[in-house]
Amino acid sequence: MFRFIVRRLLQLIPTLFGLSILLFIWLRRLPGGPETAILGERGTPEMRAAIRRNLGLDEPILIQYGRFIRRMIRLDLGTSISTKREVTTEFLQRFPGTVELTITAMVIAVGIGIPLGYLAARRRGRFLDHASVGGSLIGICIPVFFLAYILKAIFSENLGWFPSSGRQDPTIGATRITNFFVLDGLMTREWDAAADALMHLVLPALALASIPLAIIVRITRASVLEVLNEDFVRTAEAKGLTENVVRRRHVLRNAMLPVVTSIGLLTGGLLSGAVLTETVFAFSGIGAFLADSINQRDYPVLMGFIMIIAVVYVLVNLIVDLSYSLIDPRVRVR
Amino acid sequence: MALLDVEDLSVTFARRGQRTVRAVDGVSFSVNAGEVVGLVGESGCGKSVTSLAIMGLLPKQPGLQVSGKAVFDGTDLLQIDDRSRRDIRGRDVAMIFQDPLSSLNPVVPIGLQVTEVLTRHRGMRGEAAAKEAAQLLDRVGIPDPKRRLKEYPHQLSGGMRQRALIAMAVACQPRLLIADEPTTALDVTIQAQILELLKDLVQDSGTALVMITHDLGVVAGMCDTINVLYGGRVVETARRRPLFRQPRHPYTVGLLGSVPRLDAGRGERLNPIPGSVRDLLPWPDGCAFAPRCDRRVDACIGEPPELVLTHDGRSYRCVNPAPLPGLTPGDEVRTAVPGPATPGSVPAQAVPDEPPAVPGLAAAPSEEETP
Repeated sequence: MFRFIVRRLLQLIPTLFGLSILLFIWLRRLPGGPETAILGERGTPEMRAAIRRNLGLDEPILIQYGRFIRRMIRLDLGTSISTKREVTTEFLQRFPGTVELTITAMVIAVGIGIPLGYLAARRRGRFLDHASVGGSLIGICIPVFFLAYILKAIFSENLGWFPSSGRQDPTIGATRITNFFVLDGLMTREWDAAADALMHLVLPALALASIPLAIIVRITRASVLEVLNEDFVRTAEAKGLTENVVRRRHVLRNAMLPVVTSIGLLTGGLLSGAVLTETVFAFSGIGAFLADSINQRDYPVLMGFIMIIAVVYVLVNLIVDLSYSLIDPRVRVR
Repeated sequence: MALLDVEDLSVTFARRGQRTVRAVDGVSFSVNAGEVVGLVGESGCGKSVTSLAIMGLLPKQPGLQVSGKAVFDGTDLLQIDDRSRRDIRGRDVAMIFQDPLSSLNPVVPIGLQVTEVLTRHRGMRGEAAAKEAAQLLDRVGIPDPKRRLKEYPHQLSGGMRQRALIAMAVACQPRLLIADEPTTALDVTIQAQILELLKDLVQDSGTALVMITHDLGVVAGMCDTINVLYGGRVVETARRRPLFRQPRHPYTVGLLGSVPRLDAGRGERLNPIPGSVRDLLPWPDGCAFAPRCDRRVDACIGEPPELVLTHDGRSYRCVNPAPLPGLTPGDEVRTAVPGPATPGSVPAQAVPDEPPAVPGLAAAPSEEETP
């Protein structure tokens, strides 16, 4: 188990190295550069050259890359070109929002998706089955930003149940410790701050959950249908076990294997930011900031954020693999 | 009264856009307490569907229709509600399946798979249940049971897995055990061990056993009464020795004849029944076996043959049965019973002293009279 984790973390090093090369090449091949973003169309060639020299972009690309790697090893990601703040600071300020949003969305998607998928499989061919399969098709098809606007219009602007934008009402004056607003509220016992942050999460999380929910419903349904036909479920029934035990111990436990894998992949995907949802709800996560950084050609931010996201992605999938081995003894890791 | 009375059991599967399949067509047989009864036939003859129908384990799907009766100890298992059925299953009637690997849950330790039966039907928990489970594994011949309880099915050998399944089935000392081809997926050497184990278990506890098999060797070694199935109907019922000595139904004759013989000359051909179960005639149009039968006469086609009860307590469903030596057909007491609603079981009869004269079956799992 321990050796497995260490091995996987060591595998991260060549992965990150390869990713950094690809990223570097890709970013520098984007037309334009930070100087265009800063000066717009007005800048003279001399002004552009001055900015490039200031940022060290006039040096040969290999030297620039070498400098980047040397800083990376010291865990220094440099300074943002557009905000002039440390990339690490920017990340630590924004990533908690994305994490909170991702967790809330996945709790919704898993909490609804697995029971619904199970019921659909059990009532195969009946109304609930058709409704959930059809509904999940809609969930996959509907554009997220469209759903986000609809949710905002109905539940925020018309009914006024939830706040329409931001992560927290600034007039509360909540104390900040980790930038996880809900967690901060709980740690400082500022209950109203935690509740307010939670209310701000509901609508964006619902919008963000639509696609994962639809995928989880479908995978759970297909997986349960497959397991229901397995001989060991018949054995469990032949033992006269109650329906509840058959469902929990024999059907769901086996059916969860593919579902856990997809939960991992979906979570990793959400953690890399949700540009559209964050934009609609003016939610400060990494998604909208990353999109801005691409427009600004903010190389340090892009490099740093994407490298960290890659690490997070690998960690999430490591957790998935570990939990997989908890469920299925046949894949116990060594 | 018999422990289990199956009467006129029929199972049909109807699928939209497909022909309705009648997998079991008026099967009747009975099992007395402590008796070992065989259901024998080729693949597709309805023997597994029969057992699953009795247990209420057929996959619930639209178009499935089960009719008839399966009276166990005064209760019709086909009529009771789901809850009472779950109470009986595993406690009074237990079942062993064909493929021990796929019949065990791969992600649950063996121990829990045994104790869950004890918890459900005997209310045992924790330490007591674990102790009882270890004893059960020990009883079915699994060495080092305490360690095995913590292991998972993939860590056990095929024979061990089947033993574990048997332990789960006998955990509550059921009065009836249904074994659906319990040895088919196992090595020959393991097969004999498992059969011995089953035989010992039912003898010790007085459990009745329904043995479903296509293997006549298994039948010869274990069963008191044998029902031969073809095309979803019982075509012949007899005690073991009469059946092996003088099979009456041509299908039974064919089954016995197709067993390879060790004493056959080199180069002598095997003797299979021509055709396959797919060639069967729908019963309403005559005898389902007629297309493959070498004793076919005109009377076989047109109407289904009636069940014939003979004076020695056997029964068969044939208009032109294999002759008994020294007996003309006129001597037989024929009780023609129309339709499928007939008890297929026969009372125990005096059995001749000689061992069953079955060619090639001398090596079958031993019986006390087998030399």
